[in-house]
Amino acid sequence: MTDDTFTTPREPQLIALNVNGEQHEVITEARRTLVDVLRHELRLTGTHVGCEHGICGACTVLVDDRPVRACLMFAAQAEGARIRTVESLADGSRLSDLQRAFSEHHALQCGFCTPGFLMLAEGFLAERPEATKEEIREVVAANMCRCTGYQTIVEAIDACATARRRACAQACHSKEN
Amino acid sequence: MTRQEQGRPLVGRSVPRREDRRLVSGRGRFVDDIALPGMLHAQFVRSTVAHGEIVSVDLSAVRRVPGVVAAFTADDLAIADITAQLGRPRSQFVPTAMPVLARDKVRYVGEPLAIVVGLDAYAAEDGLEAAHVEYAPLPPVLGEETALAEDAVLVHAEAARNTLVDVSLFATEGIDDIFDAAHRVVEVDVTTGRQNALPLETRGAVAHWDDREEQLLLQTCTQVPHQVRTVASRCLRLDERAVRVVVPDMGGGFGQKCVVGREEIAAAAAALRIGRPVKWIEDRKDALSASFLAREQHYRARAAFDADGRILALDADVVCDMGAYSCYPFTAGIEPLMASAEMPGVYKVPAYRVRGRAITTNKAPTAPYRGVSRPQYVMVVERLFERAARELGLDPVEIRRRNVITDFPYTGVNNITYDPGSYLESLNLCERAVRDEGWYDTRTAAAAEGRHIGIGYACFSERTGYGSSAFAQRKMQVVPGFDISEVRMDTSGAVTVTTGTMSHGQSHETTMAQIVADTLGLDIARVRLHQGDTDRVTYGWGTFASRSITVGGSAVRLAAERLGDKLRAIAAALWDTEPEQVELADGHVRRRGGDGARDVLTHQEIADVAYLRADLLPKDIEPGLTATATFDVFNDGTFSNATHGVVVELHQDTGQVEILRYVCVEDCGVAIHPQVVEGQCRGGIAQGIAGALYEEVTYDAVGEPSATSFMDYKVPTAHEIPDVSIHHLETPCAFTATGAKGAGEGGTIGAPAAVLNAVNDALRPTGTELDHTPITPQTVHRALNPEPVP
Ligand code: FES
Ligand code: FES
Repeated sequence: MTDDTFTTPREPQLIALNVNGEQHEVITEARRTLVDVLRHELRLTGTHVGCEHGICGACTVLVDDRPVRACLMFAAQAEGARIRTVESLADGSRLSDLQRAFSEHHALQCGFCTPGFLMLAEGFLAERPEATKEEIREVVAANMCRCTGYQTIVEAIDACATARRRACAQACHSKEN
Repeated sequence: MTRQEQGRPLVGRSVPRREDRRLVSGRGRFVDDIALPGMLHAQFVRSTVAHGEIVSVDLSAVRRVPGVVAAFTADDLAIADITAQLGRPRSQFVPTAMPVLARDKVRYVGEPLAIVVGLDAYAAEDGLEAAHVEYAPLPPVLGEETALAEDAVLVHAEAARNTLVDVSLFATEGIDDIFDAAHRVVEVDVTTGRQNALPLETRGAVAHWDDREEQLLLQTCTQVPHQVRTVASRCLRLDERAVRVVVPDMGGGFGQKCVVGREEIAAAAAALRIGRPVKWIEDRKDALSASFLAREQHYRARAAFDADGRILALDADVVCDMGAYSCYPFTAGIEPLMASAEMPGVYKVPAYRVRGRAITTNKAPTAPYRGVSRPQYVMVVERLFERAARELGLDPVEIRRRNVITDFPYTGVNNITYDPGSYLESLNLCERAVRDEGWYDTRTAAAAEGRHIGIGYACFSERTGYGSSAFAQRKMQVVPGFDISEVRMDTSGAVTVTTGTMSHGQSHETTMAQIVADTLGLDIARVRLHQGDTDRVTYGWGTFASRSITVGGSAVRLAAERLGDKLRAIAAALWDTEPEQVELADGHVRRRGGDGARDVLTHQEIADVAYLRADLLPKDIEPGLTATATFDVFNDGTFSNATHGVVVELHQDTGQVEILRYVCVEDCGVAIHPQVVEGQCRGGIAQGIAGALYEEVTYDAVGEPSATSFMDYKVPTAHEIPDVSIHHLETPCAFTATGAKGAGEGGTIGAPAAVLNAVNDALRPTGTELDHTPITPQTVHRALNPEPVP
């Protein structure tokens, strides 16, 4: 803890969080991590915890569109930012193309790592829609999965990226005509 | 694709997984997602020494920490011990008790001594820091040599020379003469590192007493719910009825969760004592260092060959370092007994002798881990063949060809009868795939440039579908094996099916539903699986040993067939025809040969009669639509098989082992869901590669474990794990109800041997052969860059 606002880590404080487009106010100890507050205060339990020390990536969420390890961040540090979790991906009961790609490619078995990979990919593809399969593999290497051997995760993200590019090209094409 | 295409069975097709929608939406319910009113949070005071008498455990300061609600020692809770038994004489097996909280002695760093319960996990952790434990340290026993010494310090006073299991299951008469007379005898001395199965979700439980049900509800992530119920009821002295174990979604297990954990029982005891729900979620440090580990084994093995490369005899001494305690229900015998019983594997071995031992040391205890001993003994046997090939100047694939079992059923020297498999076919196909892709040429070309490329294989089979008789042969006193399934149709024609197996990534909600939907001619969307609830499921042995589809799936099929018989009988009565004239298909019940509207009923119409118009049923048909079936395996089980082929490059500068290509030819009989089978292969191979190249828990001189975070326990990522190309062969099993063989473990079994063989092949010019996994960059670097001889 380097930030000196956290000198009294057990002191409850009121923080405001913007999660999946909704504004929340939470009274919580300063020492509570973002992932704990998301999971246990806001009951958004889709984001998982695999290590609490920043390696496994199960807790990956988007903070201002960037994939972030929510176990390495205090909730208070996320005030004022836009936070997105796995719960935001589907549109009602309609799964997003990325979620569907994970299912179609069997990119999940137990599904514990899945929310982390989904948010990692969601953030990455938004920033680099033209990503190659090799670049995707590099990014996938940031998180851990114990079940799949990663191949199908890479394939799912690649397939989603390819389909998005194709759809985009078609849209541009039909606009031109 | 929820509705079957007309007439096409679902079994054999990769239908969409039923599990996926909730899991990709963040709507799964894992144990840490459970929140109950008034719930408290537990953590454990754990031993900081590897071996010592407990002088005192003082929790008074803990109880004063803000947010701490209660703290208990073993004496406070007086929980009965967990003791796993084998029915073997004392000379072969020494039973040892595992106290739920350590009482007189601690036996490894991380052993739970006391439970601290707080308002939240942070408070419970604050409490841990205030615990004061005094030990009278004893010298730690940390390896085979110290453990087996004449004057060894004892981990358990009752286990002389720290030996829990010492069995010699086979000793062919005259085997020494065979070795003496053999054309060639090769030997290996192989050791494998201690590994963590490492489900990404750590262990955890939520326990509370439900006054209305007069029941302890224990929600815990376990592969063996009924076994946890039995142990909980005995440790807590409750009728078994008064314990309900419910398993939420599970983030993997791989064996680590197929034994009963002390912490889940302690959390339940604390919940009963306090009268409020208690949650325990293991943190990663504890999961790495203090949960169940596996795989630390030592093999001294030799094999005799004739001049043509035919194996004449196999002789092995296996020592498994099982750590501080025997796990329930399998005991410390799990690894040595598996190795002893099955080592000859896919080869025609005429003479066999084996001694298998389990030793106890001051390390975290062990549980079965995906593959159980087979990754190691396959590595040993495959090393022996590779070495023999070298010494006899034979091609390593050719020597295997000359020795694999080709005539089935084959009864081996180990008294096991192998059902038909495709050992030779898989070997040939795998080699051809590697050859056709040009890797042999690449290897030659690379060598000319001074690069180090090697090709390695592993050819093996895996016994799956162990029945009660197979486990009884091991002399387990708690004998797993059978499975019970109940299929129930409601008045709407929808079906609920139960299984005693417990999916934790294996997709049973999908595959079991495929089986039922096919059998009843029902839309798969109308079939729902219930598992992991001891009140909903009559009884079960959970998921391990690749038993779920072979045994559980067979029970499901049989139960569904019985329900189908009843549906046919009712329809036949309504139509005044014979049941044989009724078929169930495409979501309908049809009278054969009839094509009028009155020759077709829906399942719902039959169900309506069975429940709501029982007056229409003939006298010999009982109302309701339920059917139950039990399945057990009375022979030696069914053997899946595979050959793995690996191409590696060793990097001279760094000692890195890079996997350039991985080919797997597998045969698990009828694949219910090919995509799921491939997923099991790939995931298993990833874990096998992890063991071969990366993961190991070591201990320092005082018994402190090296692995406390992912910084010091290297779990491979997408950087390290290669794509795997999979080829399928299909030799259906004759006695499972679906023709399926198990598919859960094969990947893990083959990978270490194939990788080690490939590395040794690449090292061939150096003259070095490695016999330890994980193969570290340091070892490889040393082999490639030998110190110049002065
Ligand atoms: S839980 Fe955050 S990286 Fe593992
Ligand atoms: S699917 Fe289980 S950890 Fe990735």
